[in-house]
Amino acid sequence: MSQAVVDRLNTQFGERVLETSDAFGDHDVRVAVKDWVEVAQFMKNDGDLQMDHFIDLTAIDYPERQPARFDVVLTTRSSVTGARIQLRTRVEEGEEPGTLSGLWSGANWAEREVWDMFGIKFEGHPDMRRILLYEEFIGHPLRKDYPIDKAQPLVPYREADDIEKLPPFGIEEGQPFARIDWESRLVGDDKQVSPSIGVQQGQRRTLSDSEAAQQIQARIEARLAEEE
Amino acid sequence: MGDLKVIGGGGGEGAVTTRFSDLLQWARKWSLFQYPFVTACCGMEFMATAAPRYDIARFGAEAPRFSPRQSDVLWVVGTISQRQGPVIRRIWEQMADPKWVVAFGTCASCGGFYDNYTTIPGVDKVIPVDVYIPGCPPRPEAVLDGLMLLQDKIQANDRKPVVVPPKLVPERAPGRAREGRS
Repeated sequence: MSQAVVDRLNTQFGERVLETSDAFGDHDVRVAVKDWVEVAQFMKNDGDLQMDHFIDLTAIDYPERQPARFDVVLTTRSSVTGARIQLRTRVEEGEEPGTLSGLWSGANWAEREVWDMFGIKFEGHPDMRRILLYEEFIGHPLRKDYPIDKAQPLVPYREADDIEKLPPFGIEEGQPFARIDWESRLVGDDKQVSPSIGVQQGQRRTLSDSEAAQQIQARIEARLAEEE
Repeated sequence: MGDLKVIGGGGGEGAVTTRFSDLLQWARKWSLFQYPFVTACCGMEFMATAAPRYDIARFGAEAPRFSPRQSDVLWVVGTISQRQGPVIRRIWEQMADPKWVVAFGTCASCGGFYDNYTTIPGVDKVIPVDVYIPGCPPRPEAVLDGLMLLQDKIQANDRKPVVVPPKLVPERAPGRAREGRS
């Protein structure tokens, strides 16, 4: 029945539906930014579709993709037919898709979260403020180029010279997931960033097949040696 | 109680002498009014500790005061996000001296695995902490260990931070084995 929604959108909008996909029953329709609100409005108000249930609105960052860096993704469902569909659009930095908060009031906060985390504004949104983070925060942390360990404290950390022992704790104190010493991890060519970003920033190179096989073999041998 | 001398004898009569400061600390350590600043899942273990089975009332620490001005010990139970930093700092500032702070669980102690933009890596970055209770979450036994450590510190008038040591191996916790529980 979700396929029926895709078919309906195809007949209604024709060329303006740029791309459809069906991954294991999850139907996905991509439209241009200018058609974003119109298609959503049609899905909600059309008598056949009745996509009245707003599930989520979020974004995805593909920093290496040119020209449109972000995907904005709307997940919606019909409580009448049970159909579920994702509507997505590609958004360039600074581009503003129209707000859906007039259609589903639940979109209000979701769009604020997308602004908070990805820095995508929505045109016509009644209250485009940060929702989870604080106004003093600089940047948008779910962008892939936000430094993974960068914190922006609201209260300056105190000088703890009166404290003899401070966390992080070690394994011997019952905390196997003690805080990571990022500085020590930055030694070497593995910068602990996601592989695609690492390759992009020159911090991580992709291994050739033979190198990968060598590493796996070394790991197996190390484990066997450990077990003996 | 620190230096305790018994005068006279037996039969429930007689007197004890001590220093006034010791008596004061003794009274303090057995009447800790607590301010539970509960933000996360550790709160479940905090409730278990306060409930009859573990019975925090045995230590005179059962009375929660939901005003920092009336409380002696601030329990920081759970993850403290950056956005909560000013809040917890202000609550701590509102508490009247003498006051103590217990970091309950790994997140309050050192941020735990929240190593990113959201979380303060340990509430001691914002306010001084007296007792750290590691664990994710700590068992109520560990919490009671921490409370007893705090009592010892109060009696000794010692503000050096301490960490509750972990239970070493399950066999060292005979209570559980005896009851046939896993």
